[in-house]
Amino acid sequence: MRKTRFIFILSLITLSSCGKDNDDEVSQANVTFNFSHNWDATDVTNTNFNTIQYTNANGEELSITKLRYIISNITFQKSDGEIVVLDGYNLVDVTNSTNLSFSPVTTIPTGDYSNVFFTFGFNNEANYNNNYPDLNSATWNVPAMLGGGYHYMQLEGKFIDNTTTETGYAYHAIRAVDNSGATQVFENTFFEVDLGEVTINNNAIFEIDMNIAEWFKTPNTWDLNVLNNMLMPNFNAQVMMFQNGQNVFSLNTVNQ
Amino acid sequence: MFKWILYYILLFFICMSCSNESVNEYVPVPSPLEIPPFFQDNILAPVIPTDNPQTVEGIALGKKLFFDPILSADNTQACADCHAPENAFSDADRFSDGIDGLLGNRNSMPLFNLAWNYDEKFFWDGRVFGIEHQAFQPVTDPLEMNNTWMQVEQKLQQHSEYPNLFEQAFGTTTIDSTLVTKAIAQFERTLISSNSKFDKFLLNEATLTPEELNGFNVFMDETKGDCFHCHGSDKNPLWTDNIFHNNGLDATFTDLGLGKVTGDPADNGKFKSPSLRNLVFTAPYMHDGRFETLDEVINHYSEGLQNSPTIDPLMKKVAQGGAQLSTQDKTDLKAFLLSLSDFEFINNPAFSNE
Repeated sequence: MRKTRFIFILSLITLSSCGKDNDDEVSQANVTFNFSHNWDATDVTNTNFNTIQYTNANGEELSITKLRYIISNITFQKSDGEIVVLDGYNLVDVTNSTNLSFSPVTTIPTGDYSNVFFTFGFNNEANYNNNYPDLNSATWNVPAMLGGGYHYMQLEGKFIDNTTTETGYAYHAIRAVDNSGATQVFENTFFEVDLGEVTINNNAIFEIDMNIAEWFKTPNTWDLNVLNNMLMPNFNAQVMMFQNGQNVFSLNTVNQ
Repeated sequence: MFKWILYYILLFFICMSCSNESVNEYVPVPSPLEIPPFFQDNILAPVIPTDNPQTVEGIALGKKLFFDPILSADNTQACADCHAPENAFSDADRFSDGIDGLLGNRNSMPLFNLAWNYDEKFFWDGRVFGIEHQAFQPVTDPLEMNNTWMQVEQKLQQHSEYPNLFEQAFGTTTIDSTLVTKAIAQFERTLISSNSKFDKFLLNEATLTPEELNGFNVFMDETKGDCFHCHGSDKNPLWTDNIFHNNGLDATFTDLGLGKVTGDPADNGKFKSPSLRNLVFTAPYMHDGRFETLDEVINHYSEGLQNSPTIDPLMKKVAQGGAQLSTQDKTDLKAFLLSLSDFEFINNPAFSNE
């Protein structure tokens, strides 16, 4: 009889341990980042590519034929300084309409976050200290003569130049490097995209917008007649991209 | 009691169903691709369809079929006739002639490292998805083997060896086109080229000449050759992005390339970037074999670009004709390109008809 009672109690404990753990469910959330693109509030997808239909701040008419860029280091920061950094990076490929949505494997605790941000491009540790087979396969590398590592962005297309000729442009963002002296001089041109305060109550979807026109607008009015190609080794052009990039991204909504 | 007997009978049948039903069935021996370490470390894994795993018997059958003219209508032409091992599985002729002496309008593509074509778009214009599907087309193309699959299947079925070889590779003596192309695809996936001088340089097993090194720098320099954006770098041993570009060959197009496949005018004049491996074996060059020498190819990018609505934005200085390379840079670039030649690959007995 004692044995039976023991088995009964053990079964009860075992079964109760299999119960739904509601505490865990509410305390961790999955987050997804969706990336949408526009030209001064007009939606841009790859269906809008290859046709000259946009006008940049300098008055040049242009098309987009390729757009892909990398974001990394998504970070949730609490007011007490505690941070959660989500694993992974995402190569957003608008040309092929792939990776427009990124759902990191890592979950985050629900609660109030004083700041959420991600890195446009790679910070130097991620850029130089890792070998990424997926990015190598995507021919995303930067030549060693420019410091190596990876592109941050490839934006390409055609524009009507000042001789009314349709001309290609390749607006490629990398870490700025000055090769003119005996030793290479670098300047960081990755940047943090600040999404502000967010309270996470549940699984959350962040809708991120990129206004492509901003790459050509503020604070540097981009003159494609002057800066259209061979921009990777152009230190000043890379710094200007960095400066213009500060106004490119915005958080549209967070859906929970 | 009856209930228990029923349970025992049921249990008996369940156990019987679990027993090995195919003790006499021939099971092909798995033969996973031998991935070169540099590939393993630097790029994504090759694409192997789950319904066509590599096996010893499948590869051997595919090789036999690849070199056998039985696939052509009059038994005169094999795959290897237009994809010759000594030409890195390409054709030295600008256009290959089919069994009726008719010519196509594209140069035969070399065959190597095909399993790393991640988008799986094959032919110069990307019109088929997957190696297996690629292998379907030349057999029935009137300009090539000009056969029907029904005839191929019948000939193979009546052959003294093939039914047994298909049994060993796929577990059936009933031969059909799907199994033929699966076998050929298995063989083609084994065609891996990874032992050029430049590969050995990256592994610290060879030294490049100053000319080859400068040529590599021209290749990687965005202000000079700027070849890396489409043809990869020392981090990507494929030396192609396997993507479609208009590289400024023509101002107007007689061959629409990808555009004819997609129907999108924005794709007109676009063709797949070929790998730059093994160029010493694969002349002539470009999708239509218009250039007989590498010098002509380099001159094209340096001074010969033709503008058109779909020319790739990466083709810079189009108004000046191209990259405007110096004579020395051209010579060195060619030296570097030739360092990507893999003599072990074309001499590999596993890939020849022996």
